Amino acid sequence: MEQTTLALAAFTTLMGVCATLVAMPVGVAAAWVLARRSFPGKVVVETTLTLPLVLPPVATGFLLLQLFGLNSIVGRALDAIGLPIVFTWRAVVVAMAVMSFPLIVLTARAGLEQVDRRYEQVASTLGAGPWRVFRTITLPLAARSLVAAAILGFARALGEFGATIIIAGGIPGQTQTLSVAIFNLTEAGRDSDATRLLLVSAGLAFGAMILANLVQRERRPL
Amino acid sequence: MIRLAFDVQLAQGSFTLDVADEAEVEVLGVYGPSGSGKTSLLEVIAGLRVPRSGAVSVGGEVLADTSSGIHLPPYRRHVGYVPQDGALFPHLDARRNVMYGSDTRLPTADSRLDPAHICATLDIAQLLDRRVGDLSGGERQRVAIARALVSSPRILLLDEPLTGIDRGRKDRILPYLLRIRRELHVPLVYVTHDARELVDIADRVLRLEDGRLADAGVPGVVLGQTVADERL
Repeated sequence: MEQTTLALAAFTTLMGVCATLVAMPVGVAAAWVLARRSFPGKVVVETTLTLPLVLPPVATGFLLLQLFGLNSIVGRALDAIGLPIVFTWRAVVVAMAVMSFPLIVLTARAGLEQVDRRYEQVASTLGAGPWRVFRTITLPLAARSLVAAAILGFARALGEFGATIIIAGGIPGQTQTLSVAIFNLTEAGRDSDATRLLLVSAGLAFGAMILANLVQRERRPL
Repeated sequence: MIRLAFDVQLAQGSFTLDVADEAEVEVLGVYGPSGSGKTSLLEVIAGLRVPRSGAVSVGGEVLADTSSGIHLPPYRRHVGYVPQDGALFPHLDARRNVMYGSDTRLPTADSRLDPAHICATLDIAQLLDRRVGDLSGGERQRVAIARALVSSPRILLLDEPLTGIDRGRKDRILPYLLRIRRELHVPLVYVTHDARELVDIADRVLRLEDGRLADAGVPGVVLGQTVADERL
């Protein structure tokens, strides 16, 4: 049975939101470490974290398949506790989260680096430990960039194709996202249906990018 | 009155700081041109900077001692720090700035260091609902000092509190600093490149030059010549 355009858009958006929710805490934590700490091998860590940005998405998908497939310990363990990844909606979330992660880290890091360290230092002299300083000073002052990071990550997730098709397969009604459906329709020669999905996809991406730009344009703290 | 002792060595690029002093102080003035190491010294006392070697103690408590690996983090030192221009948190209004450190006050804090009494002493009660961006330079400075005092510091470090405030208004802030000394009894370390500010307020002055202690003693002796020269 064929999915309606609305159902496809809703599924893709929901997966994008889940992926953003998964990638954001880890991404912001990584961004904070890169913005505020220096340690040996930092360049290697930086490069590794942003690798999905330049690696072919299909290659990333293949790596994820190796990691979460039933031939790996991780894949078998998750399967044993009833949380199989490969060819389920979870695989869509994993693929989207991994692909949007570098964009989140880069945007969040730029925002965190803009926070004047003197505010954090003064807060610590007022008795605030590192976690309270992060929660009450760093986070609110970087809020705009962090929101922008989340929106950009979400927009990237919506367009995810290469890794998704490898690890989630694009099963209609189960793991098929907008971009995978556009691919399937193009393959089947149904250009007008593909165009309709293209417009929906472009509309979602356009909306998200406008929002990201509006949030970042103002300088006042959120 | 509190016993402040430090012996600090710090290297940062081509700049080195090597300063030691020990005295009972009410107001310790630190005087020197910019680049002489005044701010670095305050940052070491506040715990924001780790010295290459040396020790810092306030009231007999060792806050840092590189020889025994002690380095209390800033949030455990109870050392108040007001950087140049105050660094008020821009996303909080004046009241929330002032109250930021209120829940980490020492249980033994003097009742003179009640937030309400501090605000009255610094004359900022009417400013508390304002946004930080709407305060004048002098008002910001008073709010920043109040914020530091509310956390009940055992000593308060002031970095160029009157810089960036025009001359007419300077004369209006100085009395507040004298009130902190007289009414709140919080010992101060007062850093400035303007010798005249220290003559009225400090009871001991250190003069720094290129990261070294050039002179130490009562303000009249250490700064007498400088102030006389500036008045010519």
